[in-house]
Amino acid sequence: MHSAPRYASNEGVADAIAKALGKDVIDIAEAHGEIAVHVVTARLVEVMTALRDQCAYQQLMEIAGVDWPDHDPRFEVVYCLLSLTKNHRIRVHVRTNEEVPVPSVTGIWPVAGWLEREVFDMYGVVFEGNSDLRRILTDYGFSGHPQRKDFPLTGYTELRYSEEHKRVMYEPVSLAQDFRKFDFMSPWEGADYVLPGDEKGE
Amino acid sequence: MSLSPDLAPTTTGEDIQNYTINFGPQHPAAHGVLRLVMELDGEIVERLDPHVGLLHRGTEKLIEYKTYLQALPYFDRLDYCSPLCMEHSYVLAIEKLLNVEVPLRAQYLRVLFAELTRICNHMLNLGSHVMDVGAMTPNLWLFEIREDCLNFFERASGARMHSAWFRPGGVHQDVPLKLLTDIADWLDTRVPRLFEDAISLVADNRIFKQRNVDIATVSQEDAIRWGFSGPMIRGAGLPWDIRKSQPYDVYDRVEFDVPVGTKGDCYDRFMVRVEEVRQSIRIMKQCLRDMPEGPVLTDDRKVAPPKRGEMKQSMEALIHHFKLYTEGFKVPEGSVYVATESPKGEFGVYLVSDGTNKPYRCKIRPTAFSHLQAMDFMSRGHMLADTTAILGALDIVFGECDR
Repeated sequence: MHSAPRYASNEGVADAIAKALGKDVIDIAEAHGEIAVHVVTARLVEVMTALRDQCAYQQLMEIAGVDWPDHDPRFEVVYCLLSLTKNHRIRVHVRTNEEVPVPSVTGIWPVAGWLEREVFDMYGVVFEGNSDLRRILTDYGFSGHPQRKDFPLTGYTELRYSEEHKRVMYEPVSLAQDFRKFDFMSPWEGADYVLPGDEKGE
Repeated sequence: MSLSPDLAPTTTGEDIQNYTINFGPQHPAAHGVLRLVMELDGEIVERLDPHVGLLHRGTEKLIEYKTYLQALPYFDRLDYCSPLCMEHSYVLAIEKLLNVEVPLRAQYLRVLFAELTRICNHMLNLGSHVMDVGAMTPNLWLFEIREDCLNFFERASGARMHSAWFRPGGVHQDVPLKLLTDIADWLDTRVPRLFEDAISLVADNRIFKQRNVDIATVSQEDAIRWGFSGPMIRGAGLPWDIRKSQPYDVYDRVEFDVPVGTKGDCYDRFMVRVEEVRQSIRIMKQCLRDMPEGPVLTDDRKVAPPKRGEMKQSMEALIHHFKLYTEGFKVPEGSVYVATESPKGEFGVYLVSDGTNKPYRCKIRPTAFSHLQAMDFMSRGHMLADTTAILGALDIVFGECDR
């Protein structure tokens, strides 16, 4: 048994949440000892209000974005809630894409302001109702959403101080060597490429 | 020479406009690279807009391109004032996904060093907080303790700051007995003397109180709504400590008290941290007393590498070692959110695994994000000079805030 934080038992929690949320729930799953509630994106504010007021999840600790390029819709926004009175944590998941806005929960928890800004900055997910949806972590004047899986690790621009112009200049990234990404999949564990020479066997 | 009446700025009858000033990014009281855009009415803060991200290094993106073990040192570089507590959340998240059991000695060692890190972090914060409001001496004395802490980290891991000592399944290497006895002596003699001396200079100091009491009071409701944690929520009077309510490692085997504030002002937050240091000393003494002998890393060879000596004898051990340091271990599919009580508050890791040897997504929950965001409402109506006291009591480090 692992020694990660042990909070109150999950027993009966999923049923209570399903009852409180009704039709807004798509799925409630329990895995690795944590409860994840997948809900309808458009009903997020009602869901969160119910979770806070009826199920006693008083604190919003974290909003995380996840990009699944193969899924449709591609983005997942994960809300980590904490109940101080019941000593329990759950996660609320909603799905969205570049166009469909997620309702903002800043009206319920003001802390969501920056957390939503970060998801917007990193993934380009729009939050409807967030009055201050500026970029937060990236540079002033940055374009693109760096945490998307199709955004390269090196980015597109780099900057240096130019002695000639006496200021910091942006330039396209130039790499001395290609970025090396090693593939450690064993051929007998179902790698999806053909090793050179394999074709001779056929 | 006297100023003619029509040149005096306040006698012309015009509207007096608010004044916007820029604080930082390079300001000694900004605790790093914080930029604050402040709108002032005279010397009263009307609105405050923190600009963060000047230290953004894309840690979360980099982690997605590294194996689980290679990603570990990035955590030291988040909150570089309490590196081991950052690693703690991450290794616990991996262990939760893998469901690995950690040997008892390793759990005690991790708690011991997490508390040493807490002392180390609070020494920096308490010292810089009192220096921000004008006192110099306590900071120098507290840095003496911090220096000792860093020496202990060096003796345990080889590195003063970026230890990378907590590993999935335990800790990297066992500590020598002499280190443990030295820590015990240090806890008995040196820390109490230096720490209590330094705190006695400020705790009842009139000037220090004038600068901190009733500054930026936060109600319990606000503390909950703004997602506060750690000394910030305890300062507001809520006895919430993850070590107590959701114990991890061996925190359920040690006894300690959770200090709370009464008014939720900067002074309360300061005093909560002071008491936490004393409680950390208590926890460390219990760890040293109760720590059993035994292995410090799990014997699951698919997660933790074998001992060096074993590798000279056994082919299988050599293969395990090679595979773990090239391919790394694979983590079962799934996602967990694991939060621990770092010295600054709740530090969480939301780890998504797709079953390969690299994290699919590793979202880091910094403590500073929610606290710094609340600075706007905490500073409103206070004087410009109070913002440094407020910032000092928030305990912010930008490596962690900007990631």
